[in-house]
Amino acid sequence: MQAGIVSYGAYVPRYRITPAEIGRVWGSDGEAMGHNLNVVRKSVPSPDEDTITISTEALRTALLRGAIDPQEIGAIYVGSESHPYAVKPTATVVAQAVGATPNLTAADFEFACKAGTAAIQTCLGLVGSEMIRYGVAIGTDTSQGAPGDALEYSASAGGAAFVIGRDRVICRVHRTLSYTTDTPDFWRREGQKYPSHSGRFTGEPAYFRHESECARRIMEAGGTGPKDYRHVVFHQPNGKFPQRVGKQLGFTDAQMRYGLVTPYIGNTYSGAALIGLANVLDHAGPGERILVVGYGSGAGSDAFDLETTDEIARFDRHHGRPVQWYLDQGVELSYAVYAKFRGKIHMGGE
Amino acid sequence: MSIARFWRETPRRYNLGGSKCSTCSTVYFPPRSVCPHCTSHRQSIEKMMPFQLSGEGEVFSYSVVHEAAEGFEMQVPYVVALVKTVEGPMLTGQVVDVAPEEVRIGLRVHATFRKLREEGKAGVIHYGYKFAPVEEPGEAPAARGPSVPVPKAEAAAKDRATA
Amino acid sequence: MREVAVLGVGQTKFGELWDRSFREIGIEAGLEALVDAKLSSSDLNALYLGNMASGTLIDQEHIAPLILDYAGLAGRHLPSVRIEGGGASGSLALHQGYLAVASGLYDYVVVGGAEKLTDVPDATASEITSSAADHEWEVVFGATLPALWALLARRHMHQYGTTREQLAQVPVHAHAMAARNPNAHYRNKLTLEQVLGAGPVAEPLGMLDCAPFSDGAAAVVLGPLETARKHTDTPIRIAASEVACDTMALQHREDITTLASTVEAARRAFGRARRAPPDVRVAEIHDGYSISALVALEDLGFVEKGRAGAEFSSGTFGPGGRTVVNPSGGLKAQGRPFGAVGVAQVVEIVRQLRGEAKDRQVPGAALGLTHDVGGTGATSVVHLLERGN
Repeated sequence: MQAGIVSYGAYVPRYRITPAEIGRVWGSDGEAMGHNLNVVRKSVPSPDEDTITISTEALRTALLRGAIDPQEIGAIYVGSESHPYAVKPTATVVAQAVGATPNLTAADFEFACKAGTAAIQTCLGLVGSEMIRYGVAIGTDTSQGAPGDALEYSASAGGAAFVIGRDRVICRVHRTLSYTTDTPDFWRREGQKYPSHSGRFTGEPAYFRHESECARRIMEAGGTGPKDYRHVVFHQPNGKFPQRVGKQLGFTDAQMRYGLVTPYIGNTYSGAALIGLANVLDHAGPGERILVVGYGSGAGSDAFDLETTDEIARFDRHHGRPVQWYLDQGVELSYAVYAKFRGKIHMGGE
Repeated sequence: MSIARFWRETPRRYNLGGSKCSTCSTVYFPPRSVCPHCTSHRQSIEKMMPFQLSGEGEVFSYSVVHEAAEGFEMQVPYVVALVKTVEGPMLTGQVVDVAPEEVRIGLRVHATFRKLREEGKAGVIHYGYKFAPVEEPGEAPAARGPSVPVPKAEAAAKDRATA
Repeated sequence: MREVAVLGVGQTKFGELWDRSFREIGIEAGLEALVDAKLSSSDLNALYLGNMASGTLIDQEHIAPLILDYAGLAGRHLPSVRIEGGGASGSLALHQGYLAVASGLYDYVVVGGAEKLTDVPDATASEITSSAADHEWEVVFGATLPALWALLARRHMHQYGTTREQLAQVPVHAHAMAARNPNAHYRNKLTLEQVLGAGPVAEPLGMLDCAPFSDGAAAVVLGPLETARKHTDTPIRIAASEVACDTMALQHREDITTLASTVEAARRAFGRARRAPPDVRVAEIHDGYSISALVALEDLGFVEKGRAGAEFSSGTFGPGGRTVVNPSGGLKAQGRPFGAVGVAQVVEIVRQLRGEAKDRQVPGAALGLTHDVGGTGATSVVHLLERGN
């Protein structure tokens, strides 16, 4: 495939909260919960941040790193399940904010946590067919779990933007493959503030089946096996699921080292696998093969068989911040301030 | 604020589009249709060129606001600053991602993209620039480059202007 | 150009006037000024009304004929005009009245200033009055009027070493003066500790550094100096009426520790009157925020740039000082009904120059100054007044 990744950028909001602090409020052993989920802390957006602002920050970094003229972007797709508007696109604001308007197509994608990887596939098609020069795929969320629900311990905020093009490709795409079924493991009905989920049903028939099937099929199609990959990135609703699916498939901890970011920033939903990939690319040299398998509830997985090129050695990572910085930094909040920031408090006049 | 009033300024509020006098090269933000500095004031009419600011600058003065402007209540206390940009113009904006007690005159900041305010729960959301510190304490200087991508046509114009 | 005199003055109490409407306070001040000028309404030629924001504060525009009507003058079909210039609206109205009489077009005019701020919640009043700053490029980004003045204060402290304690002396002084003003919004004394300990509004400015939202109205009657003796034994001559403007937003100024509009208005006023700052015995200056007063004293030429904090603290501008500042209590303590402020400043100076200021009388006051500011100095107005001969 001629089209590949030419640049990327990630952004995670500054604030953090720990499972222990969340558990303290709900009378649960938050520390044990965090340990079970392998989540040390999760990111929290400021009151003035949302999917639009996070997407814009991530894309600005990507454009600066790749020295890409925003006017040459032919498509921007933003994948998220927390678009600020139910009707009115995120992508148009992002396009305007990076100076890409008006000669481009733009749309919002939604497929639970894999809307961002779906956007990458769409861009690969448009760029590969030479309909456009650059396509932008963004996966971002500012997800919320219902107060006290298990999801609250992990649902966080962050995103990553990938620029797909044909010239100066830093990471080529050998193949992409998807695995899709109708599986109601997690959803949010129109007008509902918080999502619902089917408890343990989200595990075996949903996440594990789709991730492992999709991974097996793409390796089969390419005639590869786990040992052919330097890195592997799975969707990571918590820190434990991806470790387990990785082991089941025969990957080692070393292969998962950079791709697993959820323990330090929580589950960024549409951003999760993409921030993991961004972290891998932050550390990768030329010729490193990467397997990415995203997952979205409802349900489906998108897999990508990738390999970095010589071009990555010349890639200017100076702009923006590396993913590692976001994993290390952060300002911890009390649950009270977190509740205020996330709009969980009923204000006068509402 | 009416939607049209905000909307027509989005190129400036989203992306720091300013203007530059083609006679005396002074840069303005927001853009002006006539140059106040130029000795040939009248001659600058219709000769002001679009100019893209990089978003880099430093805090010239600041205040920690406790009695919020309408729509900013959830952010109290927040920092409002005058930011002197590297291109010259001074901008008024919030400084975010920093503890108010760590803000000081001379702090290096760069533009960031944030929500400014919402027209209630059902209305439109206004976005625009704010500023954030360039580096955290202990971080290597110049970890960040310019924060706003510049279309090539304008970058070339900028190079010509500074040559 | 004719010499212009103030023939009569009137003013309502300033404060939270819950049971009084905009039109009531507007006509009370005007009628008091007419009576004080011993003028019959049939002598009047025009009305000028300074007001900043009636449209948003009381949902009423077109207020000049409204006040004319309720003053019982609609049947005379006088020209009646509203003037707006943010917090400087009252002084601007006075400037227009002055021009009309000086030109010879009109003989007698009433200049009023009125504002009703308590008919909206405080947060709304704050939002509305902040629109005297640049709404598109300052207020939209979270700046309030106090926050903008705080930016100025921070910079003044940075450049000149002005201290928080020096700023706090301004409201202490204002309340001490207002204690002797029956029209004042606040007549309680303040201590330095109270000012420093009050909650922050926009650091470094605290709650007690900021003038309140007040209701109130003030009015003066102007006429030609040559016939002034027919109306009063103590005509007060307007020696200068000068308006100067500057950039709308603070961010567009080279130096934000000075209001160039004030410097320029003062330079023109002293030039026209052929007087100098040391000649001024009594002054009503803009102290909407503690820093405003210090910057004004420097910009008006009463002290060297950067020295106002130290000089103010040493009592230079207190009772018995070289120039007594804000004997009314100023905006901080007499009150701040935006559009009425500039006219009320003139009312106080006229009373001082006439020797009618009772227990707040500044002895030997012969030349007085008023200084009114709109926004953060996009408009400044300076008047010099002196006892007519």
